[in-house]
Amino acid sequence: MDFNDAPEEAAFRAEARSWLEKTLGMPNAKASLRVEGPDAIKAAKGYQTKKAEAGYAGLTWRKDVGGREMPPIFSVIFGQEEQKFQAPTGPFAIGLGMCIPTVIAFHSTQGIKRYVPPALRGEEIWCQLFSEPSAGSDVAGLKTRAVKDGGAWVINGQKVWTSGAHYSDYGILLARTNPEKEKHKGLTMFVVNMKAPGVEVRPIHQMSGGSNFNEVYFNDVRISDSERLGDVGNGWNVALVTLMNERLAVGGSSGPEYAEILELARNTPSPSGKGTLLQDQAFRERLASWYVSAEGYTLGKYRTMTALSKGQTPGPESSIGKILNANRMQDIGNAAIEAEDHFGIISDPALAPMQGAFHNAYMWAPGLRIAGGTDEILRNIIAERVLGLPQDVRVDKGVAYKDLPSGR
Amino acid sequence: MNFDFSDDQKMLRDQARKYLDDKCNRKAVREVLNDAGKSHDAALWKGVAEQGWLGVAIPEEFGGLGLGGLELCVLAEEVGRAVAPIPFSSTVYFFAEAVLASGSSAQKQALLPKLVSGELVGAFAVSEGPGAPSPASIEASFDGARLSGVKIPVTDGDIATHAVVLAREGQGLSLVIVALDQAGVKRETLTTLDPTRGHARLTFDKASAERLGKAGEGWSLTEAVFDRAAVLIAFEQLGGAQACLDMAVDYAKGRYAFSRQIGSFQAIKHKLADMYVAIELGRSNAYYGAWALSTESSQLPLAAAAARVAASDAYYFAAKENIQAHGGMGFTWEVDCHLFYRRAKLLAVQAGGPGVWKEKLVRRLELKNAA
Repeated sequence: MDFNDAPEEAAFRAEARSWLEKTLGMPNAKASLRVEGPDAIKAAKGYQTKKAEAGYAGLTWRKDVGGREMPPIFSVIFGQEEQKFQAPTGPFAIGLGMCIPTVIAFHSTQGIKRYVPPALRGEEIWCQLFSEPSAGSDVAGLKTRAVKDGGAWVINGQKVWTSGAHYSDYGILLARTNPEKEKHKGLTMFVVNMKAPGVEVRPIHQMSGGSNFNEVYFNDVRISDSERLGDVGNGWNVALVTLMNERLAVGGSSGPEYAEILELARNTPSPSGKGTLLQDQAFRERLASWYVSAEGYTLGKYRTMTALSKGQTPGPESSIGKILNANRMQDIGNAAIEAEDHFGIISDPALAPMQGAFHNAYMWAPGLRIAGGTDEILRNIIAERVLGLPQDVRVDKGVAYKDLPSGR
Repeated sequence: MNFDFSDDQKMLRDQARKYLDDKCNRKAVREVLNDAGKSHDAALWKGVAEQGWLGVAIPEEFGGLGLGGLELCVLAEEVGRAVAPIPFSSTVYFFAEAVLASGSSAQKQALLPKLVSGELVGAFAVSEGPGAPSPASIEASFDGARLSGVKIPVTDGDIATHAVVLAREGQGLSLVIVALDQAGVKRETLTTLDPTRGHARLTFDKASAERLGKAGEGWSLTEAVFDRAAVLIAFEQLGGAQACLDMAVDYAKGRYAFSRQIGSFQAIKHKLADMYVAIELGRSNAYYGAWALSTESSQLPLAAAAARVAASDAYYFAAKENIQAHGGMGFTWEVDCHLFYRRAKLLAVQAGGPGVWKEKLVRRLELKNAA
């Protein structure tokens, strides 16, 4: 048991690190990770171009599509180093992580030639258009229609929670092509040009105040049949391939952790009025639980990396990470506000320098518990795919989509 | 990155599991449970000694196999999974570790070979009454040759041949070794929550004893033994917790209610998924503890506390929700759920309960993050 890279992994890590140092300069702990806007996108595109030229983009992909056919552990290692240098990879995570692998798996030779190289070089950004207002956890229940008209498809409907739609050039779109069939069987996947006439992107105003996601409206948007991914009616299986690629994301947690709240508690009076909050026994027990959860998550990633390093495919057990992290983030944010008692409500950084991060955690966590699979869906995944428990009884089996009750 | 057990260690695990499935199925556990006069399975104890398990981490010069802490972790998990009614933890994680850490070479020569062969059963006696022991609370006393005082409860104290005892010596505390088959030692068997492990009150009245390690270092030596034992107990706890999850999954697939498998209800699925999450969290922390144990890392105190806290939580949660998943059947004597529910509590309070370990964890974290 050890935490060392295998020799070829260590060599690759050193090579990656020296390239990152040369390209991005030394890591800056103070730099903000959530920069957006045109300048940030431009900087990200520039970085991605250099990355592709240096051969670090698409590490695991086939050679004929610009990859290096390296085992997934190398992609994880490069990602870890990028994170240390705060490389601006955010805008490409969905496109290169999920959309382009789907294009590679299902598009024509010409399609692959057209879309993969510019995406790899960061010249074109992609988004994923699956969720709808009435189809979240049950995404196969989506309504957006694609109707064949000659050699093209006409799209009408609405997508929601689309990250990066406002700066994306293309998207992969799951739409209903046949409402007479069962809901999973009447879907088809397409590549859609986000600048095409009839595509309208509107930012969603989140409860946290910001706008990181969008609604996307399709009004008579025309897509050539040559932009179809996979067979007509096979969209659900194509979507499963897209979502499978989600699992390799071995990201870090993003909120304040036990170390930050420990610091806050050191300088805050305890509710009993005696000593600091850090000396309060109830607080200490919670701190211990947060530590165990955060460490367990990090160490669990090391176990995933070990499996990758041995050439095994990590399973859906990595779903655990998001359940733990999002809930811990919410708890820590909540506890930090309560720690400062009435004063904890103040966000003004001049008055409450530490509260900003905790308020942010408190307001972001509800979204994290939903995005990319709700806590409940992730528990279903663990129960069904890891523990092998039977699926819930389905009331939509054998029923045409158009006859399903849809409620709101 | 190699944060996993080796193939050889996994093979040892498979062998241990096979052996215990054969020799320590639940029927064997129940024979101890249902017989008030029995607190362990003597044949199994002899068997595991023959398998070499007692000496797995003991150097070859003392008759052991000379493997390491990782191999011991692997065995501990299987012992926990089987709810084995043997004094394995008392003898191996506590007594042997204490002697290895602090014993003179004469003490090691005298005690360890007998321990490896199964002839010596060890116990570790700290507690004297309700509440977590502290340096100020220990009343047992040692005068350099004789031990007096009362220890209660002592796990496996009813069958142990020897005990390591924490006692006052002069102004400080020391660890002492005492043979239990002498006139100055009175044993009284205790009824406890977990009858598959023996417990006793040991009363020492000028019993002949000898010191283990330096005078005045008893408390810190105890803490060091507890840190190592915490990792090993964590693996026992995870073995037990995983057995609970396996039982619950199996039952949820086979039991029908409202004309469907109960495992198809989300209320049951989410419960079992939460058990899985708690166990995996425990496992990741315990693996780190195992690494720290086997490398003598300075991270051991914090890693041990995290392993112990996570594994105690996981076992309690898995044991109680396993009963719940079994419904009324789970509340019967005949169904095995309660074997784990009982053992979960014994393991959680032995060598310091969850409150004690959470406090240790935070104290150690404060040291690490000192401002």
